[in-house]
Amino acid sequence: MADGPLTWKNFIGGFVVDKPGNAAEYQTGGWRSQKPVWDNTKCIKCGVCYIYCPEPCVRQTAEGYFESDLFYCKGCGICARECWTGAIKMVQEEEV
Amino acid sequence: MSHRTGLEVSHAAAEAVKLAHVEVVAAYPITPNTHVPERIAEMVANGELDAEFIPVESEHSAMSACVGSSATGARTFTATSGQGLELMHEVMTVASSMRLPIVLSLANRALSSPLSVWGDHSDVMAIRDCGWIQVFAENGQQTFDLLLWAFRVGEDPRVSFPVIVNFDGFHVTHVIEPVFIADQEEVDRYLPPFKPNAVLDPRRPVTMGAYGPPFIYSETKKAQDFALHKSKEVMLQGFAEFEKIFGRKYNFVETYKAEGAKTLLLVIGSFAETAMDLVDKLREKGEAVGLVRLRLWRPFPEEELRQAVRGAETLIVLDRAMSFGTLAPVVSEVRAALYPEEKRPQIVSFVGGLGGRDIRLEEFEYMVKRGSELTQKGGQKELYETIGIR
Ligand code: SF4
Ligand code: SF4
Repeated sequence: MADGPLTWKNFIGGFVVDKPGNAAEYQTGGWRSQKPVWDNTKCIKCGVCYIYCPEPCVRQTAEGYFESDLFYCKGCGICARECWTGAIKMVQEEEV
Repeated sequence: MSHRTGLEVSHAAAEAVKLAHVEVVAAYPITPNTHVPERIAEMVANGELDAEFIPVESEHSAMSACVGSSATGARTFTATSGQGLELMHEVMTVASSMRLPIVLSLANRALSSPLSVWGDHSDVMAIRDCGWIQVFAENGQQTFDLLLWAFRVGEDPRVSFPVIVNFDGFHVTHVIEPVFIADQEEVDRYLPPFKPNAVLDPRRPVTMGAYGPPFIYSETKKAQDFALHKSKEVMLQGFAEFEKIFGRKYNFVETYKAEGAKTLLLVIGSFAETAMDLVDKLREKGEAVGLVRLRLWRPFPEEELRQAVRGAETLIVLDRAMSFGTLAPVVSEVRAALYPEEKRPQIVSFVGGLGGRDIRLEEFEYMVKRGSELTQKGGQKELYETIGIR
């Protein structure tokens, strides 16, 4: 994309992105107003939240439960909507 | 050595494209540009030109195919007119922002409605901010020459911008003119193979036309505009090299008998040829009248224009398009360019030649007379005057 810092002076012409995979550097989590909070006592480890997350930023922990990578989670609430058992609750960021 | 031959200008344009070894042509026919892609299609079908001709279903598809083709590193050409250009519009900004050096020959045509297939500059003026390099040819030779120049300059890795070569619908496209057609060897010397800065290649994947969120969009636009201004250096080199090989000289702003002129006409496109006849006539009578022809429209040659009109008392600007609700496009940019000048001529604006209406010698003569008259009265009070209006 650019050599060195991202200023207008050092783009590759036409804003060509020449290093694959750098979308990972883009923090989509900045849009969020709510975030998902898991209640593992209700979780049956079915993985539906993992499959439905559009970002996709739901990951599995060592114990087999699920959590969201808040760098990317945009707070859409799809995981909470799709969870069978109601294990995921969306909470306002400021309430945390 | 090049040879001189009588050719319909659209066919001369097709010859230039062939001599440029174009690799992909995606075009849709529309009057008055049709003879250009038609002739190229014929060349491809006859085996005279080893290129891919894509007979697309619309101009939007034509420009889209050109974007894809140019992104793979193929020398790419298209041609259109009027409404066809409007249908391309959406993709035109993509081509320039992605810095894809497509060359487009634009047979200038009026915009509907009322439906008009005839010439004026409404089409190109409506897309003037789309980021393409834009030049105007006044006759067949210039059309041929500027098309070769367009490939060379646009594809130069220091430029990497698409280029529009404007030539007036019917007044130029359909006229049979004597044209010097260059030799293949000369063209090959002038035009090196296309070596793009980046290409779509599965062996080395890149993203072109990426998503640009607010944190980066401004930077990409600043970089693009800076590069477009900077490309003027390469354009001049392109002209200099052209003169060396082909002997014909071009510049961003060209003048005709403008030395010491009190009154200057400024014309863009083929009507400059009529204006030249008038200048000859008036100079013979001893009147200090000259002509300024705007060759380069984007990037706008501000400084060159200032120099060309310095010392004149009256500058008469003819537009072949309107900008509804404000000044006509050329005069408004001329005014803006001259604003920083301490001493500037009175600028008098005329609009005419719309939808194929001719502007004859007498009407140019009227403009010159009326221009000086208005200067004496302290300047033009109305926004513009329409030539030949009933
Ligand atoms: S809120 Fe949306 S983005 Fe965040 S983890 Fe749930 S599904 Fe993914
Ligand atoms: S969808 Fe609900 S139950 Fe299934 S893994 Fe996710 S949190 Fe657990």
